[in-house]
Parts: sequence; C-alpha cells; structure tokens
Amino acid sequence: MKLLTHNLLSSHVPGLRPGGGFPLRIELGHPSELPPEPSPGYEADEEFLRRLHHVLLEVEVLEGSLQCPDSGRRFPISRGVPNLLLTEDEA
Amino acid sequence: MKKLKLKELESCLQQVDTFESPKLLLEQYPTRPHIAACMLYTIHNTFDDIENKTIADLGCGCGMLSIGSAMLGAGFCVGLDIDADALEIFNSNIEDFELTNVNMVQCDICSLSDSMSDSFDTVIMNPPFGTKHNKGIDMIFLKTALQMAKTAVYSLHKTSTRQHIQKKAAEWEVKMEVLAELRFDLPASYKFHKKKSVDIEVDFIRFSAKKVLN
Repeated sequence: MKLLTHNLLSSHVPGLRPGGGFPLRIELGHPSELPPEPSPGYEADEEFLRRLHHVLLEVEVLEGSLQCPDSGRRFPISRGVPNLLLTEDEA
Repeated sequence: MKKLKLKELESCLQQVDTFESPKLLLEQYPTRPHIAACMLYTIHNTFDDIENKTIADLGCGCGMLSIGSAMLGAGFCVGLDIDADALEIFNSNIEDFELTNVNMVQCDICSLSDSMSDSFDTVIMNPPFGTKHNKGIDMIFLKTALQMAKTAVYSLHKTSTRQHIQKKAAEWEVKMEVLAELRFDLPASYKFHKKKSVDIEVDFIRFSAKKVLN
C-alpha cells in the first residue's frame, strides 16, 4: 500500500460524525522522514520534492494496520493490501 | 513509452493468472484477454483516458483490467475487491509482471458511498451483473464509479439493462455512450444447466463523469 493509496482510504464504522474516519493512522513503527507540514515554497525545493515523491509513490507498507481516528477500530494491512471490510456485527 | 499494439497487449494479458476456484455468489469470472485488450485499447487510443492517468478498477478480481491499464502507461492504478483470494492472485500477477504502479484495497464497493469522490481520473470496470441474489449491484457499482471518477467511467453491463441504465444516466445527468456490443460466454453456474456455457449480450459503455446528485 503506497501513501498515495492510503490518502484515499477512510473508515466506514457506522455511527461516525460526518467527515469522520479520516485520515487513518498508519501504525508501523518507523517514523517518517518528512516534516508534518510542507514549508512555504516547497514546490521549488528539489530536495523536499524528491523525498515527497519517494514517500508517496515508492514506499510500500507491507504489514501494519490503519487506525480509525474516531472509533479506534484497526484495519489490518497484510502483503501490502489494506482490508477495510467490517464484520457482520459491525456493519 | 513504447507503443503497444493490440495483439501484443492481448498476448500479455493471456499471461494473467485467473481465479482458481471462482466464487459463484460473487459472480467471479475473468474478463477475457481479448475483450480486456479491445476495451483498454479503445479507452487509450480513442479517448486518451489511460496514459499518465489515475485509474480505479472496481471489482478488480485477479486484475486483468488494472494490469492492462498499467501496460498502456497508466500513472497509477488501484484495484478494489471484496475477496481476499482474488486479491492474492492479483498480487502475484503484479509481481510476475513487475509492475510498480498498481495497488489494491480489500473493501466492499457497496459500502463506499461517496468517500472517494473525484479521486481518480478514470474508472474502468467489469462489475457483477446482479444475477446471484444481488440484484441492483451493477447500478451501485456504477453510481459509486461515477462519484469516484473525474473524467470518465468505462463499464460493462447486460444489453438487456440498457434502457434502465439510460434512464438512470439521464437522472444522474451523465452522458452515456455505448461503445460496442459484445458477447460473453460465461461458464454454467449450476450443475443442472445442460449447456457448458451461456452467451450473454453485453454493452461496453462510456459514461462521462459529472457530479452525481444524491
């Protein structure tokens, strides 16, 4: 799962506030090498763009989980595939 | 990027591994390489909706359409399917083809609603037709696809449902163009069916994406 894919995903646990369930927290254990916010003028910063491209498109999360920021529900990622299915009881 | 001929694309797609034990209730069957190649070739050459574009494949199964899109120069493809076994085969296909710009997500298309609005340039899909206790699923896939796509949705639907789809398209204010009429031979679903396969007439349709009213 690339970060670009992660950007699309949100939690569908029932009963969340509108706009809730996003973004899902990636749980892995290594910190990102990017600052939390892009600094102004980032479009011209070659070094930053290279690192951004790398994190968005070249890093693949293979094993880990995604946590819903509202319900705390964890969605597993295995072999690079995030599983967003809810169980029958949850849906 | 080297220009791929239709015959070359079709040959490549013949190498895609497909379902080992297709699940009937999910209407699993592979999109035939010939059909997938013709569809993708049209989408690419006539409409330029593949090269460098972001593409979603709803109900991707083993990934025939996603893999074909990647071979035609798609920027990034995401396949979505509910079945872990199909996605496992898709994953091994991606490794075999050494593709680096294809990802997949396991989820239920019917519960996505508008969470991925306008997230992709193009949606390409061969959705379930709704023949297995899941009537209406084709329209749910279509509605979701129209919400996800910024430019166009390419999909396959039974010709017998064409009028119903035209009505819905008008209601949703999207333009609909039947690009081709195809014939699928789908494997027999039940043991008591005498014929080994059944022929279904299918429309290959292009929908121009527009805001779908809720």
